[in-house]
Amino acid sequence: MAADKVDPIHQFQIHPIIPIHIGGLDLSFTNSGLFMVVVVVVAAGFLYLSTSNGALIPTRLQSISEMAYEFVANMLRDSAGSHGMQFFPLVFSLFMFVLTANLLGMFPYFFTVTSHIIVTATLAILVIGTVVVYGFYKHGMGFLNLFVPHGIPGVLLPLVVSIEVISFLSRPISLSVRLFANMLAGHITLKVFSGFVISLSAFGVVGVAGAVLPLAMAVALTALEFLVAFLQAYVFAVLTCMYLNDALHPGH
Amino acid sequence: MAGDFGPGETGKSGSGRDAGTGGGDEDLERRRRELEASLATRLPERTEGQDSKAEGATGYGQAFKLSSEFIAGIAVGLGIGWLVDRLAGTSPWGLIVFLLLGFGAGILNVLRSAGLVAEFGQGGRRPRGPQK
Repeated sequence: MAADKVDPIHQFQIHPIIPIHIGGLDLSFTNSGLFMVVVVVVAAGFLYLSTSNGALIPTRLQSISEMAYEFVANMLRDSAGSHGMQFFPLVFSLFMFVLTANLLGMFPYFFTVTSHIIVTATLAILVIGTVVVYGFYKHGMGFLNLFVPHGIPGVLLPLVVSIEVISFLSRPISLSVRLFANMLAGHITLKVFSGFVISLSAFGVVGVAGAVLPLAMAVALTALEFLVAFLQAYVFAVLTCMYLNDALHPGH
Repeated sequence: MAGDFGPGETGKSGSGRDAGTGGGDEDLERRRRELEASLATRLPERTEGQDSKAEGATGYGQAFKLSSEFIAGIAVGLGIGWLVDRLAGTSPWGLIVFLLLGFGAGILNVLRSAGLVAEFGQGGRRPRGPQK
């Protein structure tokens, strides 16, 4: 049973809260779903409340939301041009969702939604789906120019194009794997180091003295995890902007 | 950045309002200039500090990014090869060919995200330099 308590994977287990079974499909409302709802409510509620009485001189909370807005807007304008601003709602929602999910996951006993690849993969497929659909809608077959670099001899063309297509298809995978792996690895490391503290302190005075080291490490890692939580949300949003740029200007 | 024009903007509106009262106008102007000068000496310092800190963080991020790009390329090649083999029954040739192509795509991904190769659809043009 002691092994159960320090099991670093235990925190990622999904268990149904409200079991729902429709036609052999398990559509239960799980703890993951609950925390997704919490994330959406927290993010939307924060943005709504902090901007509801929009003062000219912003309060602290209002300036946080304004900073988030400016941050994403500048990011999108820099990488996709002013045309890219039509995707601002998408990018901003993604950024706020990932950021809030990552930060909420830092609370003890909270579930980290983004530590499951199915969640991050869904977000990445949403992004790539938007890029592909919008690219074909806007440019028609011209979107396929994306895969044909200029100045390539005809002999090499099939090889280069197939490599480019695979490279394009690998984007949602690397996008989702990066976010998921960062959150998973960070939380496991944190749990393992905290587990050391508990098991070492069982060895009397010497153990308690030794437990100082992993405790310090756990504190430092917590700080690092906050940084990673923000950084990964930022990276996700930046890459979304870059991919949207491809949809807006293929072959420019 | 909002912080860049923030102080100048507020200073302007402040002096405009105080111009009507007269009196300590010159004094205010002098103080404002002093404030701007001291802000200017502080600002670069602060941004430099942020940069060096961000560099350490992006070093870790960069490592994660490059490895995930590489693995993603291989994984997609593997997936396509496996699918082709399954659908066309050409085992093992689809897997071999597409795994090699995926390997190439993985390396392309890595070079591209390191900013050493031109971006999608910008062939022949100089890349914009390393991306974060």
